[in-house]
Amino acid sequence: MTYTSAPPLLALRGVFKRFGAVQALADVDLEIRAGQVIALVGDNGAGKSTLIKVIAGVDPADEGVIEWKGHSVQINRPHDAQHLGIATVYQDLALCDNLDVVGNLFLGREVRRFGVLNEVEMERRTLELLNTLSISIPAVRRPVASLSGGQRQTVAISRSMLGEPRLVLLDEPTAALGIEQTAQVLDLVERLRDRGLGVLLISHNLGDVKAVADWVAVLRLGRNNGFFDVTTTSQEQIVSSITGASDNAVTRRTVREGEL
Amino acid sequence: MNRTRITSGESGPARKAEAAEADQRGARTAAARRAPAHAVGRGVELLKRRYHSGELGSVPVVLGLFLIWAVFQTVNSHFLSPRNLSNLSVDIVGTGMIAVGVIFVLLVGEIDLSVASVSGLAAATFAVLSVNQGMPELPALVLAVLCGTAVGAVHGFFFAKVGVHSFVVTLAGLLGWYGLMLYIMGTYGTINIDDRGLVAKLTNFYFNDIAAAYGFAALGAAGYFLASWLGARRRHRAGVPYRSPAEIGLRTGVLAVVGFAAAALLNQFQGLPLALLIFLVVLVGLDYVLRRTAYGRMIFALGGGVEAARRAGLSVALVRISAFMMSGTMAAIGGIFLASRISSVSQTSVSNYLLMNAIAAAVIGGTSLFGGRGSTWSALLGVLVIQSIASGVALMGIQAAVQFMITGGVLLIAVVIDSLSRKAQKAHGRV
Repeated sequence: MTYTSAPPLLALRGVFKRFGAVQALADVDLEIRAGQVIALVGDNGAGKSTLIKVIAGVDPADEGVIEWKGHSVQINRPHDAQHLGIATVYQDLALCDNLDVVGNLFLGREVRRFGVLNEVEMERRTLELLNTLSISIPAVRRPVASLSGGQRQTVAISRSMLGEPRLVLLDEPTAALGIEQTAQVLDLVERLRDRGLGVLLISHNLGDVKAVADWVAVLRLGRNNGFFDVTTTSQEQIVSSITGASDNAVTRRTVREGEL
Repeated sequence: MNRTRITSGESGPARKAEAAEADQRGARTAAARRAPAHAVGRGVELLKRRYHSGELGSVPVVLGLFLIWAVFQTVNSHFLSPRNLSNLSVDIVGTGMIAVGVIFVLLVGEIDLSVASVSGLAAATFAVLSVNQGMPELPALVLAVLCGTAVGAVHGFFFAKVGVHSFVVTLAGLLGWYGLMLYIMGTYGTINIDDRGLVAKLTNFYFNDIAAAYGFAALGAAGYFLASWLGARRRHRAGVPYRSPAEIGLRTGVLAVVGFAAAALLNQFQGLPLALLIFLVVLVGLDYVLRRTAYGRMIFALGGGVEAARRAGLSVALVRISAFMMSGTMAAIGGIFLASRISSVSQTSVSNYLLMNAIAAAVIGGTSLFGGRGSTWSALLGVLVIQSIASGVALMGIQAAVQFMITGGVLLIAVVIDSLSRKAQKAHGRV
């Protein structure tokens, strides 16, 4: 892991979010650098999805500072996040089953020629993109309903790549997948990192996290509960941090080291 | 009446299934010809794959149509006469236009129960304006159609913005617009429209010159060939998969055979009916809108997943409202054609069967009730099935009761096919 002196791609400082009586996020900090995969882990209800939605602009934060490449920014709408270069792949893939791969990739940003769809150009760019990401899809002109879960997930991720984002948020990309399909998706996550993108990955599967992530950020009950270097941290330490069984003093020290 | 003629009454859209059938026939004999054999083999392969993945599209309805025609022809040899088929080709237009509008609403996964009332309202508006108020026919026609568009916008607003279920909104429309139609008709039970006027011509004008029918058939085939060939060339240059010349030739050939056979048949009676020509032009035009424009892509996207469409940044409400506006507009146009056919508008113009026939036509033709799958051509195929049954039953002189039972059975079969193919797709999607 090489550190540059450049400011982090995205930095959250002191983010609060409340839904009615529920304090979903309290004083959460997070930093993501280009070319890094940060895994966001935590128990159910720890605030992982809420944090993703804050960054994606779906549910803006109540309080807190968001910095993009060192500059303070406002993310109030999904459009703001997209404009900055943040792409989000949600847990429910948000693909249209009846459209083919090309149609899904370009949905809402179709390439036109004389006012009508330029299917040829869209198909060419789809093949090019899938090729760059080393994704193999049997046929880009089949409805995505006929693809396997892993293929659908890779389509959803490549869809997010079309806007040439700098940061990709992945919400449980491997949750519903088998072993082989999970491997495909994790390979893709690594290729995103190799292309210099920042990746924030929510996962329940610590095996996946250990495999691809560089850093692990733990949320517990809406608060930061540790930031670990994957290479030097054992799975047990992460688990105890997730469940709250860890020594708080140790955790805090680790947090401080992680944020240096 | 030979075999070519039997298949010939079909117009262009049957070409896919027709091609598929030809493919299967061809597959047995094509061993010697290598290039066409390649295309044929691909066609058969495609059909097999579609069968297994539940994307049969219009194949079942075309086979069903042939079956219905064969049965009625054996019972009554007048069924496939040029006169009867020519009349059939005009009878389908009114209901067919309404069905095309219904398809837009079905594609976004909703339903419009008001189309029959809206068609009656538009016809009544036209008749009252042009006959009773003395307005020239063209502005009256435009106003009547815009009236349908406005009604659709109202439905769309209550559905998309207020959030009332489309079934309920359009059910209220079914009652309300029928009431409004009766209201504007006032004390007139029936208004006869000028039977030499513009609107009457819509269905009683025939291109008597035989060159017209052949000319349009040639134009259609040539246009299809040119579009396919240019498309293939562009795809070839861009380095993406493209149709082989043999496949394009085969498809164009089938289209040309169907087109010229239909033209020959129509020329044996009164020539090409203007109504049929308008209907085909509308089908081609709206098919293009659905498949080749960003707007059409939005319609399909909504039917495939509203949430996905919303996240992709589409303005879901606007697309929904526009679908209902299409439905209202096409219902109004259909109503004008129906009025034109009988040269009058009466308080009983809105029959219960019209609504059911329009929706049944869309579904029988292969447009899914679950949204996201279908094409404008299913309006043509479905309405052909329904009108063929009506016409056959009428020729045989048996009760209308039988007609309803047969049509009901066909509709049930169509919905069963729709449900089964949906199941097959789901199963296929989870490989």
